Amino acid sequence: MSRLVVENLTKIFTLGFFSRKRIEAVKNVSFEVKEGEIVSLVGESGSGKTTTAKMILRLIPPTSGRIIFEGKDIWKDLKDHESIKDFRRKVHAVFQDPFASYNPFYPVERTLWQAINLLEKKPSNKKEALELIKESLVRVGIDPKDVLGKYPHQISGGQKQRIMIARCWILRPFLIVADEPTSMIDASSRGGIIQLLEELRKEQGTSIIFITHDLGLAYYVSDNIFVMKDGEIVERGHPDKVVLEPTHEYSKVLVESIPKLYRKLEGL
Amino acid sequence: MNEVLMRIENAKAYYKLEKVSVRAVDGVSFEIFEDEVIGVVGESGCGKTTLSNLISMNILKPLTLVEGKVFMKIDGKFEEISSMSREEVKKKLWGKEITIVPQSAMNALMPTIRMAKYVEHLAQSHELNGKELLQKAEKRFEEVGLNPLWLKRYPFELSGGMRQRAVIAIATILNPKLLIADEPTSALDVVNQKVFLKVLMQLKRMGVVRSIIFITHDIATVRQIADRIIVMYAGKIVEISTMEKILQRPLHPYTKGLFNSVLTPEPEVRRRGISVIPGTPPNLINPPSGCRFHPRCPHVMEVCKEREPELREVEEGSKVACFLYSEERT
Repeated sequence: MSRLVVENLTKIFTLGFFSRKRIEAVKNVSFEVKEGEIVSLVGESGSGKTTTAKMILRLIPPTSGRIIFEGKDIWKDLKDHESIKDFRRKVHAVFQDPFASYNPFYPVERTLWQAINLLEKKPSNKKEALELIKESLVRVGIDPKDVLGKYPHQISGGQKQRIMIARCWILRPFLIVADEPTSMIDASSRGGIIQLLEELRKEQGTSIIFITHDLGLAYYVSDNIFVMKDGEIVERGHPDKVVLEPTHEYSKVLVESIPKLYRKLEGL
Repeated sequence: MNEVLMRIENAKAYYKLEKVSVRAVDGVSFEIFEDEVIGVVGESGCGKTTLSNLISMNILKPLTLVEGKVFMKIDGKFEEISSMSREEVKKKLWGKEITIVPQSAMNALMPTIRMAKYVEHLAQSHELNGKELLQKAEKRFEEVGLNPLWLKRYPFELSGGMRQRAVIAIATILNPKLLIADEPTSALDVVNQKVFLKVLMQLKRMGVVRSIIFITHDIATVRQIADRIIVMYAGKIVEISTMEKILQRPLHPYTKGLFNSVLTPEPEVRRRGISVIPGTPPNLINPPSGCRFHPRCPHVMEVCKEREPELREVEEGSKVACFLYSEERT
């Protein structure tokens, strides 16, 4: 069953007051995400992948095209506050910079309390809510007493990103949009974050959209890869097809230039 | 085997703060040979950048060389560069013998100072003819694939990849023997990364620089050019080996973990899966007893908690600091 359908999505930014300059950030993008599927949007900076993610997250409106989540057009059919809140419950974002996702003046668990407030069936008292928070932290491999009551600067980037995923265990969203979730943390803890997201998908059938410039990561985790260039999807398909037999000129260059571990680049 | 260009003997470089010391490089010994590329890899905070400061003798308070010596071959004979004064280092070493392309080199240039001005500065500080040097700079710009006209321009007019190449061109005008590159490619996209690696290898082939130290956390990148590799963990070298050997069979458990966390678009990687090193690197003010990796090590033994393993040769060309490879394991 498809969870998210993106049809002919286009976003044009107009700049300037008199001389209207048009920038087509996203051009006619269509794809589909099934239940429990992990897909990756891969592209360099400026390829339109983050703009696409923002439209899916209902943060900026598209110029044209449709985004259908669970059978509803998220920009036309969600009208009242309640349905938008419901959408926010079901779609969750994990951003690139774990340092910017937290307010430095509040303890880190505030983001988890906010998640509890979003829940449809709220826990009956504070103690139960705290149990839920602790449970979610354990799920992401953090000992609750290591982070509860601490401020963002007192914990590491990897831990911050893990707490963002702990939110997902509380909210149990249908779809996670993860925008470069591992690019700011050390390679050795990167795998842990990916494993957590894979677990979520396995246990709850969560669909995940990875937004990344790292084709290695995309190749490893995805069921489907979409390579974006200048706002368009230029290559799509199973990771093996995209990486081992790319057809578009751009994806060919991209795959060739990526440093590999087991073979050397040519012409150095 | 080539001749030794630089020898580091039991160097300990600490950041001395008021009450405590951060032991960023703690008892490191190795040699750099002529005509080789050495990669230095490790997680953030393992002492990689401090090591580059140590080798280039860029030791400024609070960083202090507590113990150990650094020797470099200058004009055919070894000199102890760790006992030179800062003035001497500036005059004799920097630019001529050792040069460094620092982390985020693309931002190392002041955007509003023309590139030619940096060449003038270089001429002044080494008391050289400015005009001649400028001609050399023009030639070097061409060699790294930049139009010499760019010398008259401001850095902000160049793209990131071009700026990186401009920095390396200016840094190598005086044909230094050793080039230290500290995370030079991490801010570049893959296409520019490849161009940069190409330029680096070209400079080495042309004999502009003899040896290169490439410091990075990106193993897949350093793998492309390195002959040997040094793996650092918590201020110590845990393994030194040739690139091919370490790829085939990493010895230290940390090296294994590090290599298995690399994700590149290759069928081998998809097959082997991804593994994680549990825990986080230790605090270097108060590092763990014994082997510093023991709290995170999957093969930890009693001896690891009490005694520190020495870095010793276990196979030809491979040194490792781990009790798994010594007789004292019982």
